[in-house]
Amino acid sequence: MPREELKQSGERQRQFLNGFAHHILVCTGLGCLHNDEIIRALGEVIATQGLEHHILVRKVGCMGLCALGPMVLILPEEISYQSVHPRDAAEIIAALGKEPVQRLLLPPNLPFFSRQQKNVLALSGRIDPENIDDYLAVGGYNAAITALTEMRPGDIVRQIQESGLRGRGGAGYPTGLKWSTVAKAPGSQKHVVCNADEGDPGAFMDRSVLESTPHSVLEGMIIAAYAVGASNGYIYVRAEYPLAVKRLKLAIREAKRHNLLGHAICGAAFDLNLEIRLGAGAFVCGEETALIESIEGRRGIPRPRPPYPAEHGLWGHPTLINNVETFANIPLIIERGAAWFANLGTEKSKGTKVFALTGKIKHTGLIEVPMGTTLREIVFEIGGGIPGGHTFKAIQTGGPSGGCIPAEHLDTPVSYESLNELGSIMGSGGMIVIDETTSMVEIVRYFMQFCMDESCGKCNPCRVGTAQIHGLLDKFCNRTATEADLATLEMLCQLVKNTSLCGLGQSAPNPVLSTLRYFRQEYLDRIVDPAPPHLENQP
Amino acid sequence: MKKLRLATLWLDGCSGCHMSLLDMDERLLDLAASIDFVYSPLVDVKTFPETVDVTCIEGAVSSAEDEHKLRTVRERTALLIALGDCAVTGNVPAMRNSCGIGQVMTTVYCKREALNPQIPATGLPTLHDQALPLHSFVKVDLFIPGCPPSADTLFSALTALIEGRAADLRLNTRFGA
Amino acid sequence: MTAQIITLTINGLQVSGLASETILQVARENNLPIPTLCFLEGLSTQGSCRLCMVEVAGSPKPQPACVTLIQEGMEISTHTEQLLHYRRKIIELLFSERNHVCAVCVSNGHCELQDLAREHGVDHIDFPYRYPAMTVDASHSRFVLDHNRCILCTRCVRVCGEIEGAHTWDVKNRGIRSLIVADFDTPWGSSTTCTGCGKCVHVCPTGALSEKGKSVAEMLKKRPSLPYLVANRTLEH
Repeated sequence: MPREELKQSGERQRQFLNGFAHHILVCTGLGCLHNDEIIRALGEVIATQGLEHHILVRKVGCMGLCALGPMVLILPEEISYQSVHPRDAAEIIAALGKEPVQRLLLPPNLPFFSRQQKNVLALSGRIDPENIDDYLAVGGYNAAITALTEMRPGDIVRQIQESGLRGRGGAGYPTGLKWSTVAKAPGSQKHVVCNADEGDPGAFMDRSVLESTPHSVLEGMIIAAYAVGASNGYIYVRAEYPLAVKRLKLAIREAKRHNLLGHAICGAAFDLNLEIRLGAGAFVCGEETALIESIEGRRGIPRPRPPYPAEHGLWGHPTLINNVETFANIPLIIERGAAWFANLGTEKSKGTKVFALTGKIKHTGLIEVPMGTTLREIVFEIGGGIPGGHTFKAIQTGGPSGGCIPAEHLDTPVSYESLNELGSIMGSGGMIVIDETTSMVEIVRYFMQFCMDESCGKCNPCRVGTAQIHGLLDKFCNRTATEADLATLEMLCQLVKNTSLCGLGQSAPNPVLSTLRYFRQEYLDRIVDPAPPHLENQP
Repeated sequence: MKKLRLATLWLDGCSGCHMSLLDMDERLLDLAASIDFVYSPLVDVKTFPETVDVTCIEGAVSSAEDEHKLRTVRERTALLIALGDCAVTGNVPAMRNSCGIGQVMTTVYCKREALNPQIPATGLPTLHDQALPLHSFVKVDLFIPGCPPSADTLFSALTALIEGRAADLRLNTRFGA
Repeated sequence: MTAQIITLTINGLQVSGLASETILQVARENNLPIPTLCFLEGLSTQGSCRLCMVEVAGSPKPQPACVTLIQEGMEISTHTEQLLHYRRKIIELLFSERNHVCAVCVSNGHCELQDLAREHGVDHIDFPYRYPAMTVDASHSRFVLDHNRCILCTRCVRVCGEIEGAHTWDVKNRGIRSLIVADFDTPWGSSTTCTGCGKCVHVCPTGALSEKGKSVAEMLKKRPSLPYLVANRTLEH
């Protein structure tokens, strides 16, 4: 479909939407319960009152504040309702254009929303993820069309490099550098892969982006494929995300119908075929070399790097692998320019980052803040603090391979570097808040259990080491550990960290190491004194 | 010269390591010049002395009785040697650990017994759930693996101890030797 | 195409090699031994046992010698205190993982794991033994697979897939529950792909795979001179 037709599609949708006096947007993320019933109830009320041409009910993606879900947003008044039940439908519709329903009203200017800066999530909860016209109506795919019709691949790579964007999947590798490596790698066949195998406990950033704005990820992939010269693409998404998979499939189909995927995209001499590959539930497949093995149809076990996938990836071809959120940032950078992006964030960590706030925190949900925002702002202002009169103890960042950061470091601005210095990692963006009722040793044992269960078993230090560390943590939890066990624990952590084959093993000891650093006393308190020897005459 | 006070103890093992000690043959006479055998299944002493320089322990720790003996001996011994694979690794006695004590007892006393199969109510030692190496319970100062370690290995180890060279001992032995 | 010659130092000794060679190859050519377990010349490398880890100046973490290609000016140390410590501990981890009872093993005296323990002065295992309940598959008419003695080096998997071309063996489960399986997890004896060639038995570094009827210490493996491995080596060059 030529550029003009796409614009017309968007314009038609805009006019259609503008034809309604009120829009009722209902969150249809996986986390919000009853949303189908709410939509049905609203529809019934509208039908009985004959308001079909006056009020439009739209299902949209995640609005972020999952703790108070299901959420409903009234446009153009920008009124948000929380914890909505299907039986509230009549009341909500009756209040349209009048005084809002007070008992459902979300307090205006809630720091949860006002302190965020949404770029990747800007359209999340605002458009229908299952309707490409909704995305086109708000200027979607403009960046891809601009890139394909007006820019040379080299210009795009340079722009991404200048933006300072770093991989959002965890390691923070400079995205532009990766793109330029793949672009320069010799080979007629290249691939782009979207890593949507989000497996960290407590992380749901990628799921939410895929469920809310799947087209933004496709658009990022189209631009990336054009920039590096790839004609094939895969989205490796975990099968545990059925809604994301459904919406991605629909998005790919619609994008193909609009000639945004397939042959001679937008009239440019550029083809791209995108396919979905479902992960079968192995955490390690989020590791890029294991992910490659899995796409190739083999057991998902990591390969030694180098060679890096950028030179030797899928079937030996140069392969660009980026995370969901990384791709979702691309259209914004192309649209608004590298300088806009580079002005956000800190010196070395640019842009905004999506975090999933979970654990002992009032406002459980999905947030997006500029890099450099302090942990305190995230936990106490945006997150609303610790519920139930409890006190903050630690925040675990970066999933099962991240570290636990104590209260004295709450004023640390969040960036790849600052979190590393504290013995943690950015990871994909999961943040689990822990209050004083939780034992650090027990939560660390949980994370180690996760790493032990998810170790692929290929290399010895990770396979056996994580099991031995877990066994030692068991002893600390049961208060049967000795001082020698503490020494063994520290030694094993160093061994597994320094000798494991892939990132899973190398980072698995992080929770132990960081809690040994900040909460050592909790380990010491669980050490038993050696049993007093009872001497008797006769052995 | 003050003689080295040496003891040996036999826990859950086959006595093969003690046979290896005897296998030193006439070299035992050389050792006797510098060693006092103060307690051992091989000598006629009934109580374990209050202080011992070196104790060699054969066998894994399989019962409450074994553990009690081991802890007492550790208290009274300056240098404790795990002698042979059972003491060092658990070895054959530990092969029951993966199937559990219940299965061992039924296999031995019920499945193999045609007449009156039953687990005896008295006269059996109280077995631990697992047979374990010595260092699971107490600090061990020297490990001599082997099943059994050869007489030569034992002779060089004991000679080194007598001459005070235990620290840089490098024995020619291995697991299963 | 002319092969690029690279010079580097290993343990202070100046050596040279082709750009396509690994640290392990160059070290062995120069009689500088580096211990290995999953590696077997003639099979693909996978860098999983982590025993061949060496220190490369400028690299924060040790690198596996079997898969790391040499680079100009590399300064490599193969036997630092730290590396020896790591190797000892990795050997100990392997012994603690399953039920390795050398005294009653068919490969006693001919086992690479046992030898490594001796070479590295591993005279006891500091970690608690895990004592998993493992099975023995004696369903094959000529061979036995004893999971108690398996260290998951996957030499059997590779020799079967890469040289015999049968791909009878693979790994099921993951992590500490990983197990070598025949076909789709059938008893070895009922495998429809196994040709009975015995290559897996002879490349196995421990007593996990053995010939039937062998008693303690009787299973001698023909590993170094296996013609198919030698042939495969030549092919690769």
